Amino acid sequence: MISERMLNLTVIGGLLAVALAALVLDQPFTITLATRVAILSLAAVGLNIALGLGGLVSFGHAAFFGIGGYAMGILAYHAQTYTPLDLGLFTVAGTKSMPVIWLVAMVLSALAALLIGLLALRTSGVYFIMITLAFAQMFYYFTLSWSAYGGEDGLSIYIRNGFPGLNTLVPIQFFGICFVILCAALYLFHRLEHAPFGLALGSARQAPMRVETVGLSPMRLRLVAFVLSGAITGLAGALFADLNRFVSPTMFSWHMSGELIVLIILGGVARLIGPVIGAVLFVVLEHYLGGMTEFWKIWLGVILLLIVLFARGGVAGLLSPRKVGHD
Amino acid sequence: MTEPILETRGLTKSFGALVAGDDISIDLRKGEIHAIIGPNGAGKSTLIQMICGGLKPDAGQVRLMGRDVTGDSTASRARAGLGRTFQISALAMENSVLQNAMLGAMGALDHPWRFWRPVLARSDLRDRAEACLDRAGLLELRSRRVADLSHGERRQLELAVALTLQPRAFVMDEPMAGLGAGGSARMTEVLDALRAEAPILLVEHDMDAVFALADRISVLVYGRVIATGSVGEIRANAAVREAYLGEDA
Ligand SMILES: Nc1ncnc2c1ncn2[C@@H]1O[C@H](COP(=O)(O)OP(=O)(O)OP(=O)(O)O)[C@@H](O)[C@H]1O
Ligand SMILES: [Mg+2]
Repeated sequence: MISERMLNLTVIGGLLAVALAALVLDQPFTITLATRVAILSLAAVGLNIALGLGGLVSFGHAAFFGIGGYAMGILAYHAQTYTPLDLGLFTVAGTKSMPVIWLVAMVLSALAALLIGLLALRTSGVYFIMITLAFAQMFYYFTLSWSAYGGEDGLSIYIRNGFPGLNTLVPIQFFGICFVILCAALYLFHRLEHAPFGLALGSARQAPMRVETVGLSPMRLRLVAFVLSGAITGLAGALFADLNRFVSPTMFSWHMSGELIVLIILGGVARLIGPVIGAVLFVVLEHYLGGMTEFWKIWLGVILLLIVLFARGGVAGLLSPRKVGHD
Repeated sequence: MTEPILETRGLTKSFGALVAGDDISIDLRKGEIHAIIGPNGAGKSTLIQMICGGLKPDAGQVRLMGRDVTGDSTASRARAGLGRTFQISALAMENSVLQNAMLGAMGALDHPWRFWRPVLARSDLRDRAEACLDRAGLLELRSRRVADLSHGERRQLELAVALTLQPRAFVMDEPMAGLGAGGSARMTEVLDALRAEAPILLVEHDMDAVFALADRISVLVYGRVIATGSVGEIRANAAVREAYLGEDA
């Protein structure tokens, strides 16, 4: 049993230490794995706002992950082919600048989350799960047949996008970018959780009637949470595409949505560090078990089952049970 | 006579063949406690839900300070001045007592669209919340998790949250239920003083409390108000004795 702060610092510090050790030992592939952890964590931190704080079991967050990915892919594609991007009313040039791509990715995924949220949040429970899934599947099938951008073959980006002052092709530098963004998102999550918004959102999850009787609208709280959540997962999608220098419809697939939920359940729902612990476990299992057996996901399933049955708070809950209370 | 603070006109509600509210017209005037009594399943909670916005009446009107609020959401009725407590506590169980009270203060004094500063550092909300917890006798337990409270303590917290709203009218569904004799007496004292701030529509099974507190009593049976009057009138009413007091008291 350790304190929550200690657990958070250990996990985040551990991720950084692994990347730095890999740099010293000249193991670029390990740095890439650590980068993958950071990006999946970021995507799951986004989902954790909706799922953990808001209690919204979105089975469609791949929609935002994919939108972020395609925002990057399309902008970079037009930049590398020197073709303008036709938006109907006007055309814009593509770009290889990460900050611009991130902004576009976040705005587009926030807009998508607003539209999906407006429709899906009218329902709850299984219906909410199914509707969010259905939206993500719509994007999936749309990109499958979107031949302008590679259809089911996806889109390759030859050179990783740039960030002012850094060489993003150097693995540790790209890791650094993802790591800093992850830390910023974790900090945002922490502030949100304890801010008035977090109190209202958490109350709307636990006792929606109470929230209404103090004059607040649970629906609006959830919608704002869903939009913030989608924007962060969208940003993670743009980074993921940059990591692989490749986007394809699989970013929109329901497996992706499911994986993000699994990460959070493994790590600890609504726990700040839950998504990071989940992503570490996931990537480690994927890499090591995946190397030994094609059926590694069965073992992942067994672990998940054990956690759901015996450790509802996930790994974070086992290591540092949540204390409630304040001064 | 001045305008009633809260008024229902012909509220009617059926669930299939069951008539849970039948042409209910009652009012709540400044400074009074108006008790609603009636046997289990009479439709008391249904009436409260129609007043507060959880249930849409099939017919009739709810008026708050002269304004028709029948079409308004629960949240907007709360902002217009309805302070409600639930028969079955509706509290955020994982949160602390103080956090639950501060949610009320946030609803009354501010909006939830603040994403950065910790809510517990908001001294304006905290002061209001703690003052109301104190009045409900819960200040000592402010950092306790609601899930760890006794049933009676949750009733007290229900009251405290309603107090944070400083409503124009209180609507309370069985605030005494499960309090025990001592708790009931204390709650009776609190409600007695409270009517000077805002009138109370009080649904309650505890007849001692009702007779001690009520300025007026309405008796609800099978969704219909069969009598309204002072404590003395209701006690003397033959139909009431037969329909309700006769079997219960
Ligand atoms: N949502 C609903 N659907 C169907 N029937 C309902 C619903 N809500 C209440 N009822 C029925 O309406 C009747 C009135 O219920 P209500 O809860 O208003 O009674 P009450 O007077 O508050 O009783 P109690 O003293 O037990 O709290 C009951 O017969 C109940 O079963
Ligand atoms: Mg009732």
